[in-house]
Amino acid sequence: MTQAAANLKVTPLNSVHRRMKAKMVDFGGWDMPVQYSGIIEEHNTVRNAVGLFDVSHMGEIEVRGPEALNLVDYVSSNDASKLQTGQVHYSGLLYDHGGFVDDILIHKVDDDHFFICVNASNQEKDFDHINLMNRHKATVEFASDRYAQIAVQGPKALATLQKLTKTPLNLIKYYWFVDGEVDGVFARIARTGYTGEDGFEIYVAPDRAEPIWDKLLDAGQDFGIKACGLGARNTLRLEAKMALYGHEIGPSVTPLEAGLGWITKFDKTADFIGKTALEKQKAEGVKRTLAGFEMIGRGIGRDGYEVFVDGNPAGWVTSGGPSPTTGKNIGLCILPVEAAKTGNTIQIMIRNQPVDAVIVPTPFYKRAK
Amino acid sequence: MYPDNFRYTKEHEWVSIEGDTGTIGITDHAQHELGDIVYVDLPKVGASVAKGGTIGSVESVKAVSDIYSPVSGDVIEINQALADKPERLNEDPHGDAWLVKVRLTSSDEVKGLLSAEDYRSYIGE
Repeated sequence: MTQAAANLKVTPLNSVHRRMKAKMVDFGGWDMPVQYSGIIEEHNTVRNAVGLFDVSHMGEIEVRGPEALNLVDYVSSNDASKLQTGQVHYSGLLYDHGGFVDDILIHKVDDDHFFICVNASNQEKDFDHINLMNRHKATVEFASDRYAQIAVQGPKALATLQKLTKTPLNLIKYYWFVDGEVDGVFARIARTGYTGEDGFEIYVAPDRAEPIWDKLLDAGQDFGIKACGLGARNTLRLEAKMALYGHEIGPSVTPLEAGLGWITKFDKTADFIGKTALEKQKAEGVKRTLAGFEMIGRGIGRDGYEVFVDGNPAGWVTSGGPSPTTGKNIGLCILPVEAAKTGNTIQIMIRNQPVDAVIVPTPFYKRAK
Repeated sequence: MYPDNFRYTKEHEWVSIEGDTGTIGITDHAQHELGDIVYVDLPKVGASVAKGGTIGSVESVKAVSDIYSPVSGDVIEINQALADKPERLNEDPHGDAWLVKVRLTSSDEVKGLLSAEDYRSYIGE
């Protein structure tokens, strides 16, 4: 197959993936590379050197105008009023009942301009949601068509990307960004990522994505750079315990249940959607939580598998699989708070057989600073 | 790539017959589609398997894939080495990394399986 199926959306780098013989999959309606050389090899390359990801399927929404902050602060759970120009933070776009519309990255470009990176399969829904809540009459733009996004991740990410830009990357702190240039053209360069490693996510015009991709592969050659697919992206983010919409979080899971109390700022000045429901949940006591586990018995607990405690159904695996860095079979699961204590043994139903696993502290992997 | 003396299924298993013993594995195409294999689940020696029935599963980083037996029989040996080295399935799926050996209960079943040539054209090679 040399072309994407007609009903699938493609990124500006689609022909590059096909040229590089990546294995392509339907990822939420997008024709995306799941792997190039192999998931484990790509995973290890990001941990030890540098990997390159096409994440252009991610959506971008821009909010502008004098009321921009008021709208952003109202629709998101973190405290956007605390952001400085050039700063990024992780936040929740919530429903009234406290569940997730989406998890998002908010970039403050200016006092009256916010740039929001959202999940690919949620972008239209997010845009509609923000517009619906736009009592402040800020200007909300669906900007996904104006940006390609490339992630350069790993200990050699800075050295690789620096070869293509005069923007001094060492001056960009973790979860900050600058509007600079890459390969001589405008690029929003953020020191963010979804791998648990140092790295950058760059937003460029779609027609610049291919030359930049090719030049990054050249620039990283000395370090052993590899193109990486969504398979490695998933194992990397799981080890770092970063949430994936539709797995750890979703409309029926609140940030308090997903271990994301830190993006739920009850004390911020602005009211925000979901606040009342979450205050109530907090006051009544959060009953279930996200916990990490390691398999003890033979088998791999995977997404959606049922979890038993003391012989009774108690929860489910949100994400699970082999962890290339630790060599163990790991996962995250939603469990009653009392069952989620470190050291507790749980059973995961693998093809109708209960297999032992133990609750462990998370993240499973943390890079040395 | 695909030995002429093997017979193949559309589910990407192979079987090699010697006397009344059938050795079963997954094809090179299957291991390639799966990617890095990290876990192999095999039946117990003595188990009876039916043609088309599940005899175990192979897991890659991303996915679980059932293995269906190309023939009916009783399991007489399993490839223990794969428990510690599942990655051998990526390296030598038609050789060292066979999965199970069965004593055939029906010698006729093999006739309905694909030849190497048919299998190659089935997978578009």
